[in-house]
Amino acid sequence: MAKAMESQAPQAQMREMRLQEALREALRYEMARDKRVFVLGEDVALFGGAYGVTRGLMQEFGADRVRDTPISEAAIVGLAIGAAINGMRPVVEIQFCDLLPLAMDQLTTLAARYYYQTGGRISVPIVVRSKFGTRPGGGPSHSSCNHGAFIHFPGLKIIVPATPADAKGLLLSAIRDPNPVLCFESHHLYGVKGDVPEGDYTVPIGVAAVRREGKDLTIITCGGMVLKADEAAATLKEKGIDVEIIDLRSLVPLDREAILKSVAKTRRAMVLDEGWVVGGLSSEIAALIQENLFSDLKGPVIRVAAQPLPPPHSPTLVEAIVPNVEQVVAAALRLVGV
Amino acid sequence: MLDAMKRKEMLRTMVKVRAFEEKLNELYQKKVMFGNPHSYRGQEAVAVGVCSALEPSDLIASYHRGTGHLIAKGADLYLLMCEVLGRADGYSRGRGGKMHMGDLSFGFLGNTGTVGATLPVATGAALAAQIRGSKEVAVSFVGDGAMNQGVVHEAMNFAGLWKLPVIYVCENNLYAMTVSLERSVAIKHLADRAQAYGFEGKVVDGNDVELVYEETRKAAEKARAGGGATFLECITYRWDGHFGGDPGVGYRTKEEIEEWKQRCPIKKLKEKLIREDHLTEEQFEQMSVAVYAEIDAVASKAQAAPLPPKEADLNSVFAEVTHG
Repeated sequence: MAKAMESQAPQAQMREMRLQEALREALRYEMARDKRVFVLGEDVALFGGAYGVTRGLMQEFGADRVRDTPISEAAIVGLAIGAAINGMRPVVEIQFCDLLPLAMDQLTTLAARYYYQTGGRISVPIVVRSKFGTRPGGGPSHSSCNHGAFIHFPGLKIIVPATPADAKGLLLSAIRDPNPVLCFESHHLYGVKGDVPEGDYTVPIGVAAVRREGKDLTIITCGGMVLKADEAAATLKEKGIDVEIIDLRSLVPLDREAILKSVAKTRRAMVLDEGWVVGGLSSEIAALIQENLFSDLKGPVIRVAAQPLPPPHSPTLVEAIVPNVEQVVAAALRLVGV
Repeated sequence: MLDAMKRKEMLRTMVKVRAFEEKLNELYQKKVMFGNPHSYRGQEAVAVGVCSALEPSDLIASYHRGTGHLIAKGADLYLLMCEVLGRADGYSRGRGGKMHMGDLSFGFLGNTGTVGATLPVATGAALAAQIRGSKEVAVSFVGDGAMNQGVVHEAMNFAGLWKLPVIYVCENNLYAMTVSLERSVAIKHLADRAQAYGFEGKVVDGNDVELVYEETRKAAEKARAGGGATFLECITYRWDGHFGGDPGVGYRTKEEIEEWKQRCPIKKLKEKLIREDHLTEEQFEQMSVAVYAEIDAVASKAQAAPLPPKEADLNSVFAEVTHG
């Protein structure tokens, strides 16, 4: 996987860093370049963010541009919308995606619709970063994967970086985008290391990446599940099955061409998602594939995604609902008829 | 403070707001408008008093009963009427209707149908001004009903905490749709809440346009000088029902409505100007006839304008990315 990623990066100087550091580098770079950019959220200033992403930014850019807020998710997003309309480029941190529903009206009814409902007169350039990922100890209110819910609402761009380089490149693009962008950051990936280009490095929103090329089966996935897909692919390789992995990187706009191109080649598709299987990202992509490639498919499009249960606390219960490598391997073997 | 010319201009704007609302009621009865008129009749002094005290660069956020605010802030009547009528020429190209618009060319941050939802937007606009060091003041109009939304509380706490240059203009028309204030809250005055957020709250006669003007002027001056937020509870009354299908009675008595009509904000200022020899009855009539004729002409032109093309334009949701 690391190789595939490196091959995409330009000639810029590379440094190895963690994904959380790559996010911080994007924020620092853009705050230095563009005075309109400021950060607000709970514990982002003095403490540097619950996951350390904003560490040091207040010391570097001042308390005016890096702001600790009261615990008020709806108004944090609402203030960001107003500041954006009045010329700023706010970047909001919401500690867990489980807290995004508190700001649902502001996100989905206001920010997402502003450009449309003002006839294009006003756009809302905000970025809302939030963590997702089911893990032991998080439990029902602290470890959801609700990214799939937001693809349903027209008007929100959604990015899900899976590598440190993409984290920097996608976040920079998001801050510069004139529209509201949700950035879902995987709990499983904050500490993952990878090479990150220096300087002005952007990754366009809406373009997927082929993480591994193969001819027998396409796995379409995003976020923390990219690692699991890669592990499963290595196992499957030993069994003679050649897997292609599409890392979506953006959920909205969705890179339909990349998905369809790959599946047209492999003629078998699996959607692997940490979000809920019912009415989610995996359902949407499965529908997209069968609508376009029904007669080319050698078998059904398989969804490997979270069971429709709240994220649990205990490790055994978590293992039972979150997709794992064994499940992916088993599903792949079933699909190729081994 | 307020010279006769300015007061006469405010009187004219109040008449314009009323004429526009009456035209909407007429179009609604004739079934030629889409959606509902949320009539602003009776509350004109709030919109006009507030907006007359603002600079062109100041910003306002509005809500569903917002046409009065927009006219007072300087909206183009034709674009506004077209939007009400779902025409392609409308402010939002017919996509939003009068509850969903926004145009910074006259300092209008936007409105929406979720009551209270744009109050944090105005608060955020004030935050932008503060961070930048620019001098615009943001105003959020908010109804008494919206005062019980959680996000309103959250945003007002921010304004107090960060001393933001924002004015909350609460239009207390005594009813949240059909539920009266005393059936919504346990306190007598919503302005009392301001103290809990750390800024000043005042109760104002919302039918006295000069008082509303004066309190807004003071609040804006304070905000511009770094003194933070102000909450103005303007007590007023909507003459009509909440929406087109609401006769306005059942939850209110005819006597109560009649009593408030006697306290008409237009009548109040008009009689005062006549008493002070700045205006005659004939001059008022002439002005009024001209304003109603202007609204008639705008409505006719808008009715003749085309509807948007019948298409689902998937490129209408996102602004184009122009950077590299």
